[in-house]
Amino acid sequence: MEITMIYYLIPALIMFCCGLYGFITRRNMIAMLISLELMLNAVDINFVVFNRYLYPGNMEGMFFTLFAIAIAAAETALAIAIIINVFRKIKNVDVEDLTKLKD
Amino acid sequence: MEPLFPILILAIPLFMFLFLGLLGKYMSHKWAGILGTAGMGVTLILAYCTAFTYFFSGSPEFIDGTQRLQYVAFNVDWLQLYDQLVIRIGFLLDPISAMMLVVITTISFMVHLYSNGYMRDHHGVWEKGFQRFYAFLSLFSFSMLGLVVATNIFQMYIFWELVGASSYLLIGFYYTKPSAVSASKKAFIVTRFADLGFLIGILILSYYTGTFNFTDLTSVGVEGMTDVFKVDLSTAESIKDLKFTASAAPMFMGASVLTWALVLIFMGGMGKSAMMPLHIWLPDAMEGPTPVSALIHAATMVVAGVFLVARLFPLYLMEPTSLTIVTVVGAITAFYAAMVACVQVDIKRVLAFSTISQIAFMMVSLGVASPDFHEGLGYMASMFHLFTHAMFKALLFLGAGALIHAIGSNDYTDMHGLRKYMPVTHITFLIGCLAIAGIIPFSGFFSKDEILSSCLGNSTITYLWMSMVAGLTAFYMFRLYYLIFWWKEHKVHEGHHAPHDQPWTMTLPLVILAAVSCVAGFIPFGDFVTWNGEAYDFMAHFDWNVATVSLCIAVLGIGLATIMYRKENPWPQRMRQLLPGLWRWCYHRFYFDELYMFITHKIIFGCVSRPIAWFDRHIIDGTMDGMAYVTNKAAYAIRGLQSGKVQLYVWVYLIGALLLGVITAVCLI
Repeated sequence: MEITMIYYLIPALIMFCCGLYGFITRRNMIAMLISLELMLNAVDINFVVFNRYLYPGNMEGMFFTLFAIAIAAAETALAIAIIINVFRKIKNVDVEDLTKLKD
Repeated sequence: MEPLFPILILAIPLFMFLFLGLLGKYMSHKWAGILGTAGMGVTLILAYCTAFTYFFSGSPEFIDGTQRLQYVAFNVDWLQLYDQLVIRIGFLLDPISAMMLVVITTISFMVHLYSNGYMRDHHGVWEKGFQRFYAFLSLFSFSMLGLVVATNIFQMYIFWELVGASSYLLIGFYYTKPSAVSASKKAFIVTRFADLGFLIGILILSYYTGTFNFTDLTSVGVEGMTDVFKVDLSTAESIKDLKFTASAAPMFMGASVLTWALVLIFMGGMGKSAMMPLHIWLPDAMEGPTPVSALIHAATMVVAGVFLVARLFPLYLMEPTSLTIVTVVGAITAFYAAMVACVQVDIKRVLAFSTISQIAFMMVSLGVASPDFHEGLGYMASMFHLFTHAMFKALLFLGAGALIHAIGSNDYTDMHGLRKYMPVTHITFLIGCLAIAGIIPFSGFFSKDEILSSCLGNSTITYLWMSMVAGLTAFYMFRLYYLIFWWKEHKVHEGHHAPHDQPWTMTLPLVILAAVSCVAGFIPFGDFVTWNGEAYDFMAHFDWNVATVSLCIAVLGIGLATIMYRKENPWPQRMRQLLPGLWRWCYHRFYFDELYMFITHKIIFGCVSRPIAWFDRHIIDGTMDGMAYVTNKAAYAIRGLQSGKVQLYVWVYLIGALLLGVITAVCLI
């Protein structure tokens, strides 16, 4: 059986939908962050797959993926730092309770 | 000549202004006064040296044979707008500016000295803001000196506004007094209004001539004028031919643009020199400290208008219409002010109206001056009268200041019979009165006599009219003199200590100015100041008939005043009952203030300002308010969308993205 593009795209889509579902439904900020990472990785897979199958000679997709991973790491660190500070402040990481800026 | 002295003449007062203005509050009152006076003293010496060099050195820079030349000591580019349009600041020496240097520095120094005594009370306590006062005096001296030495009309305009501003500051010196504040505002607004005409006049003149320079504007030489009017003047030989070319310039509403320009410029002069109907600010300006009235509102700033006309005199000569306007305005003002001065109660107001009247004399003299009659006697007479008037009027004002300082009131009703208590003030004031009335050895006689002679050269009517005003002058001045120093003695003094002469800082200027007023008439003025710079022997043209007549009129005026006011008698009251209407009109200054109030408040505010204000508030502001209102309401309406809930945003985003996807798909299919 030849492994075509669709074999990669379907799991990536499932991953993305899982991430989206988690991001919308979860109230815990850390869970939301994990869901966010899931969506990012789904997109990374897409990049790699499209590059590999459609433009085999080029490397742009790979590079984009590498960049996205690096930036995602930095972003995660930042988000964790914010979440820790929020936790220290309100002893809670529920996104519904974060209404201070609105008031 | 080295430009060092001229630069210093302008720089020292400016420096003193900045120095006293910025650092004055850190120094004692006494030192501020001494420093200010010393600075002015140095300026005085420099100005005297400069004037002396100009008039007597005989150097070819200043005099060509018998003709005095205009000499530019320095002229620096101040504002280069583009190649052709450069505004310069410079120092022009010619007979009138050299004479004005002497007048301004002399009076200013006297006033600086005098204020050391005037600006503190009987116990030696200094007035609040004494240093500020000296700073403003220095600013004024700087501006006035810059005005008279201006090399171009734009520089003159700049300094013209500066003297206006310093006059405003000094009138409002007692800024806690509402009357002083409103007087300063009135002075500023009225003169600013007049300066609007001046500015338009400058723009017209420079547009048609392409130059701001006085030397180019007034050079009577044919080659200068060719440039000035852009007309071929190869055939023009003398000033008579130039009249023709001037009228060949474009016309506007039946008069040439040159006439318009000159009349508009004269309007600026009318404002500064308090000619009717723009005189209303000067009597109110007496709210300022008396030394200020002496310096600014009697001797120097108010003659700026006369100086302006004199400066541009060759141009005025080309347009007889504009000179006629100068004459008529001057003649009416002279009479009006003399009438009003006859009934005022406040001694400074009397002197103010007398100033207006005397300046009008100078204006008339310029107006009737013509090279055809006694080689421009009127011009010389006007400048001569400016000189002598500055001296004796400053003397009178400083004398009045001494009286006010001693009595603490401006009304003659509080003064009566002061001659025994204040002998120095009495004698010097009497000399001032004799000088202004025109009694023979005193300076006023000579200058006024020349003015009357040149009036006679113009027309008999002008001559008779001005002679009558001269008689009125003698009358009202001696009325004032008798009411202050004679009449019955007041008993009010007994409670307090009796009034007495003032400290030497105040009496010394009085004595010096009185001495000058005694001898200034014998200065051979014609040798120094004439309209074309040619020396001219006025004794050769001295008209003994005119002199005798004017002397008789002066004596008549004084005699009448003596009869009516020397002792308390019923004559003044009887005269008042005889002509009640006239008295009331004079007393209320012919209701000019009321007329202005009516015009500004009822007509301008009511018919113009209020509708404009309504339009502004309701239409223009309304549009803006409406826009703000709509934005505000809309913002409230959509406020709920910004919930701050991240997950809700994601939902909305997701739905939007899906919808877009669907729409795109539908469109593609």
